[in-house]
Amino acid sequence: MILAEKFDEFFSERIPSDTARGQEIQERIIALMEKYEFSERDVFSTRLALEEGIINAIKHGNRMDLDKTVLIEWGITKEVVKVVIEDQGEGFRLEDVPDPTADENLERPCGRGIMLMRAFMDVIEYNSKGNVLTIEKRRGDE
Amino acid sequence: MATGRRIDVEEVGDVTIATFVDRKILDENNIQQIGSQLFALVEEDGRKRIILDFSNVEYLSSAALGKLITMDKKVKGAGGKLRLCAIRPDIYEVFAITKLNKLFDIKDTQEDALQGF
Repeated sequence: MILAEKFDEFFSERIPSDTARGQEIQERIIALMEKYEFSERDVFSTRLALEEGIINAIKHGNRMDLDKTVLIEWGITKEVVKVVIEDQGEGFRLEDVPDPTADENLERPCGRGIMLMRAFMDVIEYNSKGNVLTIEKRRGDE
Repeated sequence: MATGRRIDVEEVGDVTIATFVDRKILDENNIQQIGSQLFALVEEDGRKRIILDFSNVEYLSSAALGKLITMDKKVKGAGGKLRLCAIRPDIYEVFAITKLNKLFDIKDTQEDALQGF
C-alpha cells in the first residue's frame, strides 16, 4: 500500500498491462466521484488525468508487457480524491520530456499527457525514479 | 471490440464534414479506428477539404490529439485543408493548454467552418 492517509473509502487494484482493464478502473473512480457529488468539472479533469496516467503507465512504463502489472490505489473524502499509479517500468526523468508546446514540437503527435494532467489536477507528482505517479483533485467551487 | 463506424461522413459541395460519433475519444482501440477512418478520407477517397465536427465529443485524450495532428499533416501534405468545429469549452481548453489551437484552424460552428472554405 502506497497511500497512507485516512480516506472515507479506499481501494487498491493490481491490473495487467491492458488498457481495457485500465478503463474499468477509471470508470470505478469516476463512479465514486459521482457518488460523492464532485462537480462535472472535477470529474472531467480527473477522467482526463486518469486516462493519461494509466495509459502512460501501461504504454511507456510497462511497454505493454503483459507480464508486468500496474498498481492503482485510490482514496476519497468529501474534499478530495487522490490516486496513485505505479508501473513496473524503468521510470523516466520529467526534465527529459520535451515541451510539447515548443514550436518545433507542436506537430509531434506525442508528449501532451503530463502537461494535461498538470493543467487539470491540483497535484501531480512523480517519485524520483519516475514509475509512481500521484494525482489529486480537490473539490472545486462549482 | 466492435469495429463500427466512428465518424459520420457528409458532403456539402466539395467539402467533407466528418462528425465524431463517440462521446468519449479515450479508448486506445477507438482512437486507432478513428485514426484509420480519418486517414482513409485523405488517402483512399482523396478528399481535400475536410471539416471535423466535435459536437458529440465530451472527452478527448492526448492520444486522440496525436491522431488529429497526424491527420492535419496528411491533409496538408495532400494539398488540402482541415478545419475543426463545434468543440465544447472543456475540450477547447485541452487544445489551448497544449497550444494546438495555434496549429489547427478551429471554428465555433459547422456553419462558420463552411464559410469561405
